[in-house]
Amino acid sequence: MSKPDLIIHDEKDNVGVVVIETTKKGQDCNAWIMENDETVNVPSANNVPLGHKIALVDLKVGDTIFKYGHDIGKVVKEIKKGEHVHVHNVKTKKW
Amino acid sequence: MSIPKSFLGYKRENGRAGTRNHVIILPVDDISNACAEAVANNIKGTIALPHSYGRLQFGADLELHFRTMIGTGRNPNVAAVIVIGIEPKWTKKIVDGIAETGKPVEGFHIERSGDIQTIMKASKKAQEFSMWASEKQREECPLSDLWISVKCGESDTTSGLASNPTVGNLMDKLEPLGVHLCFGETSELTGAEQVCAKRGATPEAQKKFMKTWSDYNDFILKEATNDLSESQPTAGNIAGGLSTIEEKAFGNFQKIGSRKFIDVLEPAEEPKKGKGLYFMDTSSAAAECVTLQAAGGFNIHLFPTGQGNIIGNPIEPVVKLTANPLTAKLMSEHVDCDVSKILSREMNLDQAGDKLIETTLKVANGRLTCAEALGHREFVMTKLYRSA
Repeated sequence: MSKPDLIIHDEKDNVGVVVIETTKKGQDCNAWIMENDETVNVPSANNVPLGHKIALVDLKVGDTIFKYGHDIGKVVKEIKKGEHVHVHNVKTKKW
Repeated sequence: MSIPKSFLGYKRENGRAGTRNHVIILPVDDISNACAEAVANNIKGTIALPHSYGRLQFGADLELHFRTMIGTGRNPNVAAVIVIGIEPKWTKKIVDGIAETGKPVEGFHIERSGDIQTIMKASKKAQEFSMWASEKQREECPLSDLWISVKCGESDTTSGLASNPTVGNLMDKLEPLGVHLCFGETSELTGAEQVCAKRGATPEAQKKFMKTWSDYNDFILKEATNDLSESQPTAGNIAGGLSTIEEKAFGNFQKIGSRKFIDVLEPAEEPKKGKGLYFMDTSSAAAECVTLQAAGGFNIHLFPTGQGNIIGNPIEPVVKLTANPLTAKLMSEHVDCDVSKILSREMNLDQAGDKLIETTLKVANGRLTCAEALGHREFVMTKLYRSA
């Protein structure tokens, strides 16, 4: 069982969380899906710090971000697979 | 791991048990703080609980003030109480509420005698209480005497990944053993409110939860100048990778494991439906929330943090855990239980839950928490609206 670079909560999720100090641009990340104990590989397009999210697929404006298998907000700026997902391209659907 | 069936606590007159044995000097109002602090300074083995309010409050806001004051005095972690207020009537109301538990409590008012006389009289009584309490010994108490409250703070994505699920794992293991449990943070369930409501054990509990959450959300929509994006998530949350309130809420929600809540409590309300999990309507600000839970009678608190919240409480020990390896390293003096190895898969959730149970029992038996050793005594009243 190798140490993961990313952890994905649920197989429905379209983002994973960085669990190493930082990913490096171009790094092929080893991602562990908690729910079904599978591992997948995801490229990191940026240097992404611990705790921040990386897109597992290409996402268009208006798409929903899924984490924990649940809706956690909407895409407001196009995101390519492997890119950093955060407040610059995702917004709440509340308030 | 086989979970111990008991812990060493202080048995109280009303059948509850404390994990601590404090003698508190409780000011009724802001202007009595100086007097209360002078008494606590005079008499060793006592602590003053200064705070900012208690004058000209009215209606539900005043009721909450009384409930918080009385509940703090009633908490089984408190052996005896000196109450000091400016006026006799409100002072007596608080004394009477605490006295129902059978513990020693005495009230003093400052009006018509001044600080110095009051300090003298209250110090005399405080000395008696402190020396009486110092004779108390820890005795074996059933595990079900633990009333555990939970609240997370300075959360980041590691909270939802690991430290909050560790608390959830502890709840799943301890609830069947008859403990009382409590979670709160009405605002920080926004986005997960529908999923959370479904965890109500009865249709009444589900309805009560949705009404509590909707009332809160209506208040936000009424008061907010734009939206809450400046406050929720906080700058610390965002630095830790949380992007939206929904993401924070689903992380927060991991703390209750797979449990169902049996009732919804008012802020600072004591649970009355027996063992099990309760939801309390609280602010999500750490010190306000823990103060309310302590006033509800909870005697040990679990506090998962991501980026490193440092909160403590004067009467309820606050056990801190983190799964963020940087926080565990850079702020180690604040971390009672490090579960960061979950992220590197060197520890699984079951092991982390066991480790937290072990830490919780050590603290219940008397080991100081980091926050206690560092002198954190945040006692913060929740105020509902402006005073008269």
